[in-house]
Amino acid sequence: MIEFDHVRKAFGDHVVIEDLSLRVEDGEFFVLVGPSGSGKSTLLRTVNRLVPIDGGRVLVDGQDVATQPIEALRRGIGYAIQSVGLFPHRTVAENIAVVPRLLGWPEAEIDARVAELIALLKLDEPGIAGRYPDTLSGGQAQRVGVARALAARPKIVLMDEPFGALDPLTRESLQASVKQIQRETGTTMLFVTHDMDEAFRLGDRVALMLDGRLAQVGTPLALIRSPADERVNEFVGGTRAYLRELAVRRVRDSMRRDEAAEGDAVSPDATLQDALGVMLAERRERLPVQGGGAILLSDIVVRPR
Amino acid sequence: MGDASRENGTGPVAPRERRRAQSALLQQRLPVVVLCVIGLVAGLALPFLNIAPNRLLSGHASGGQQGVFALLWLVAAAAGGWRGGAVAAVLLALVLPLIAAVDATLLLHHKPPTTRIQLGAGFWVMWLAAALLLLDRLRHVRAGWRAVAWAVVVVSLVVGGWQGVFDDLALVREWQAQRGAFTDALASHVTLSLITLGVALTIGAPLGYLAWRARRAGGTLLSVLAFLQTIPSLALFALLIGPFAWLAREWPALAALGFGGTGAAPAVFALVLYALLPVVRYTVTGLDAVPADTREAARGLGMTRGQLLLRVQLPLGWPVLLAGLRIVAVQTIGLAAVAALIGAGGLGRFVFLGIGQGATDMVLLGTLAIIGLALAADLLFQAMMAATGRRA
Ligand SMILES: Nc1ncnc2c1ncn2[C@@H]1O[C@H](COP(=O)(O)OP(=O)(O)OP(=O)(O)O)[C@@H](O)[C@H]1O
Ligand SMILES: [Mg+2]
Repeated sequence: MIEFDHVRKAFGDHVVIEDLSLRVEDGEFFVLVGPSGSGKSTLLRTVNRLVPIDGGRVLVDGQDVATQPIEALRRGIGYAIQSVGLFPHRTVAENIAVVPRLLGWPEAEIDARVAELIALLKLDEPGIAGRYPDTLSGGQAQRVGVARALAARPKIVLMDEPFGALDPLTRESLQASVKQIQRETGTTMLFVTHDMDEAFRLGDRVALMLDGRLAQVGTPLALIRSPADERVNEFVGGTRAYLRELAVRRVRDSMRRDEAAEGDAVSPDATLQDALGVMLAERRERLPVQGGGAILLSDIVVRPR
Repeated sequence: MGDASRENGTGPVAPRERRRAQSALLQQRLPVVVLCVIGLVAGLALPFLNIAPNRLLSGHASGGQQGVFALLWLVAAAAGGWRGGAVAAVLLALVLPLIAAVDATLLLHHKPPTTRIQLGAGFWVMWLAAALLLLDRLRHVRAGWRAVAWAVVVVSLVVGGWQGVFDDLALVREWQAQRGAFTDALASHVTLSLITLGVALTIGAPLGYLAWRARRAGGTLLSVLAFLQTIPSLALFALLIGPFAWLAREWPALAALGFGGTGAAPAVFALVLYALLPVVRYTVTGLDAVPADTREAARGLGMTRGQLLLRVQLPLGWPVLLAGLRIVAVQTIGLAAVAALIGAGGLGRFVFLGIGQGATDMVLLGTLAIIGLALAADLLFQAMMAATGRRA
């Protein structure tokens, strides 16, 4: 659990975070989204005290971070950044093992964990563990950065635009990996992005940050359907926001279980966006769903109960 | 038809290509031609050896082998065009001292034992030209072969010297006469330089770290050190005599340790002052060589400042620091010569005593040893850089 309690931060006269309170629950995937300069990174970095705050408190598991030994605090919190910041003089395996080494894990345990993460993050190119960062592709480097953040099985992970500079395909595959790992391990994730689609795809809850304040906090659907004010509406995308809704809703919530249809079946876990894509590709208004049932074009337009 | 059109196509291009080939050839040949002309002129016009009645008087030229030198340089010029150029240069670098040695033996026949055969301007210019020729010819050769070529030259000369081949040359006689003093001077020169390097590193590296952490204070520190560098070395050494003499007077315990207005203490102090700027500057540059995001990640993952320094900043900044130390080492070895003027000993003593007495060979002996020492230090640091360069 991460709790921000009336947090305030200014750089000189420039107030970057203004009286901000927020609670991220255990096991939650929480996304901070907002335009450039809105203070997302600054807020994130108050958690591991890379940024000292001027007022208020930041609590991790109910304890004020300011009262904890700084290195111990940081070693207990995973941290991944957009520029990755791998150690150029260390191999991939050594990079991943940094925090476990700092924590004094036994060598055998470290080796096992590194191997596990390499598999988990699909870094399975042969011999990649012994390679140096300058030989990695951008996507591989980002994966190593994420693996390094997860290495010591932290209960809390902070990620600051970790998929920033990737092509859409690599990005989606990494998003899927991270989301899956987070769900399986029950990690509390605080994730920063300025990409709305990414925020809605990943977040259990999303906070839209504007000028150092939280303009709205809620589930992706809540932000899309009932924006708190005009600025939120504008940022979420106005009527185009409903297209985003399709990427958030799943087939299983909109399908009809007692009907059938012709053609290739879609998964019940697929998003409505995927289903619509298949309909357009196949020129059909109804598709069968794997395991029985069907989804109709009109179901996509209608909101679930 | 196809052939004809191709010929038409290349027709106008051909002269340009030929010109390019010509200019490439010229670039390849030019250093050879220039060096061989210099060698030839020096061989013909400058005295190869000087005969002096004793070590303190300057001698008169002895000549007679102009024909041999002309032949040597023409052969070198002819060989320079192809791969044998390097071999010719190696031979030249060995043959010139050999000729000098043989000549010296012949000239000394029926001469009083105080007679000295000194190497003349002709020898030095030709030998330098041969060395430069070798350097040029080895430019495009693999590093291994380069090392072999230089090793052949150095080892042959050293072994020759050991066997007494050069014993009749004034330079070697001077060395033999002063062997004890020379060894002492060499040892104290090396000690002086090592102590300076050690002290400059122990003071300069932490200073550099502090300067890097507090950028603004660092600016002032660097400009103070830069100002120190502009003081002429002789003036700085002289300036220190007063304060150090005073220190020794006030604290006799210091004087007992060898502290005083003259001697090693003020010399090391001055040398350290000169070494400090480059050490601090290269420490800062080395710390800057660590990418900001790497540092941020290291801190964010929970490294202490010490761990950051030892595990990240030092290994990543080390090559830069080493490059800086290389410069400091060479600079210190050179400057340490001046330290002889305030009684710190070292090879500079040979130079200044030699100048005072008018003994050219003594000056030469000191100078050559200083140059050799600087080159050796340079090579040592290059080897260290190559060894740690790949992955720290
Ligand atoms: N160390 C600092 N010193 C001064 N100002 C800073 C510092 N760090 C951040 N700021 C300022 O704080 C504001 C918020 O920065 P922050 O990095 O939190 O934005 P962000 O929301 O993460 O933006 P982006 O999406 O571009 O990363 C910016 O105006 C920035 O200039
Ligand atoms: Mg940011």
